[in-house]
Amino acid sequence: MKKIEAVIKPFKLEEVKDALTEIGVFGMTVTEVRGFGRQKGHKEAYRGTEYTVEFLPKTKIEVVVPDNLTEKVIATLLRTAKTGSIGDGKIFVTTLSDVIRIRTGETGDRAL
Amino acid sequence: MKTILRQRVLVNLLMVLGIGAWMILGVVANGVRAQTTAEAPPAGAPPAAGAAAAAPAPPAKIDTGDTAWVLTSSALVLAMTAPGLALFYGGMVREKNALGTIMHSFIILCLISIQWVLWGYSLAFGPDKGHIVGGLEWVGLAGVAMDQPNVDYAATIPHQAYMIFQAMFAVITVALISGAYAERMKFSSFLVFSLLWATFVYDPLAHWVWGKGGWIGTNGGLGALDFAGGTVVHISSGVSGLACALVLGRRLGYGKEHMAPHNLPMTVLGASMLWFGWFGFNAGSAVAAGALATSAFVVTNTATAAAALAWMVAEWLYRGKPTVLGAASGAVAGLVAITPASGFVGPLSSIVIGAGAGVFCYLAVIVKSRLGYDDSLDAFGVHGIGGTWGALATGLFASKAINSGGADGLFFGNPGQLWLQFIAVLAAWALAFVGTFVILKIVDWTMGLRVANEDEQLGLDLSQHEERAYSKG
Repeated sequence: MKKIEAVIKPFKLEEVKDALTEIGVFGMTVTEVRGFGRQKGHKEAYRGTEYTVEFLPKTKIEVVVPDNLTEKVIATLLRTAKTGSIGDGKIFVTTLSDVIRIRTGETGDRAL
Repeated sequence: MKTILRQRVLVNLLMVLGIGAWMILGVVANGVRAQTTAEAPPAGAPPAAGAAAAAPAPPAKIDTGDTAWVLTSSALVLAMTAPGLALFYGGMVREKNALGTIMHSFIILCLISIQWVLWGYSLAFGPDKGHIVGGLEWVGLAGVAMDQPNVDYAATIPHQAYMIFQAMFAVITVALISGAYAERMKFSSFLVFSLLWATFVYDPLAHWVWGKGGWIGTNGGLGALDFAGGTVVHISSGVSGLACALVLGRRLGYGKEHMAPHNLPMTVLGASMLWFGWFGFNAGSAVAAGALATSAFVVTNTATAAAALAWMVAEWLYRGKPTVLGAASGAVAGLVAITPASGFVGPLSSIVIGAGAGVFCYLAVIVKSRLGYDDSLDAFGVHGIGGTWGALATGLFASKAINSGGADGLFFGNPGQLWLQFIAVLAAWALAFVGTFVILKIVDWTMGLRVANEDEQLGLDLSQHEERAYSKG
């Protein structure tokens, strides 16, 4: 099992979610996050005062999938979350030791 | 030791206030007795001793149209404070201070409404004492008739209608200052400061400029023009705001932390509400529903539009983007600047006055960020600078062709008027700055002005009121 976390542009969320559902991802967790990478922040000015906003709003998707689905999820993310401009985000992949479904106590792939 | 001493001083102060309150109650009781007899004159009798002595003029008669307009205007000016100013300021602060800032405007409306009826109106407009202040004869509205005009102030409306119209001016002036100390003042100290400021700064200044016999104005004074409160309302609140910013010091994290407005749509709504209410402020100051009110209405709208455009363009040229907050701030700056001139200038002059206000006030808020004092919401930059420009511009653009009861300004052949305006500006600056400074020092010494650092970090909403503006579900 792999946990795939993707930090993406917020307006891409719907497209990514639909594509992932289509290839057989049954659930995900989505969080509104702020952060920065290579993309610089932007400036805001209120009357005489200027602020540089370094932390930009992004959306983080977390999905956990069986090993055989990993490549397909990554490919889908690359295809749907990409705009080609700086600030498209990153994908992090980690190996997961276990998953447990709280309602039934099932573990491993059966719990996904 | 020190704190005990200070507390003793505070207790003494409160005792003095308590004795004062008893005296006022005594006078009020007397007044009630006097009113019941004075206010029931036999039909057809001359209305007031003053009017009768004044001359063969016909007895003052209440005009229903004028009365309707002034009462409506009073309600419009109320709407400037709440919700107008409350939203304008409330949107500009950080989320954690939204309620506390709205509360400033709202509770000043309540506090000064009471102060005005008990002693404020009497100090400002009561029988003159040495051209400096009104006497205590009208404390508790004793002798302020609800069915007779006071010909010294407004000959065709009940005296109490004029009184309640003026009450709304006192309210908004005190509330305007709150932009300067926003996000850091202790609520209890804020209440005491507001009450003292209204009593010792606003009331005398209103008397100087508008009171019968006041030394600056046209009602027996030098003859400086102030139609609706450029000196009394805007210079006084703006310059007092500067004193507040200097005495209180900067907000924690000023210049380092992100302090952007938390809700600009709220601010724009508030600015629009101010614009709407300001028709009562300026056109209502004609205290009659006629030509002068119409002219004041037209120039108020024109100057405001010009100022909003001017600020927007100035910012566009200087920084590269036209901002919404800039346009809203420009509108308020225009309203401020046209206020003293609104009953004396024509529409084309009002465009110049408005455009000047937009540019000067924008420059003022830029300079502020370089000078480093923290006038949180630019009470001084908008009201102090805009009010000063408006008062001086009145001396430039006033014309007797608009208001025969006014005067001509410099551009209409009377340079002396500009000098009178300058004296009025100087006097208003001096009283506002020194008065505010002294009051702040007294309040600071006895009860402290600022909230504790951890309370400031937490925000006024939770630390002062134990509430949040926005529930997180």
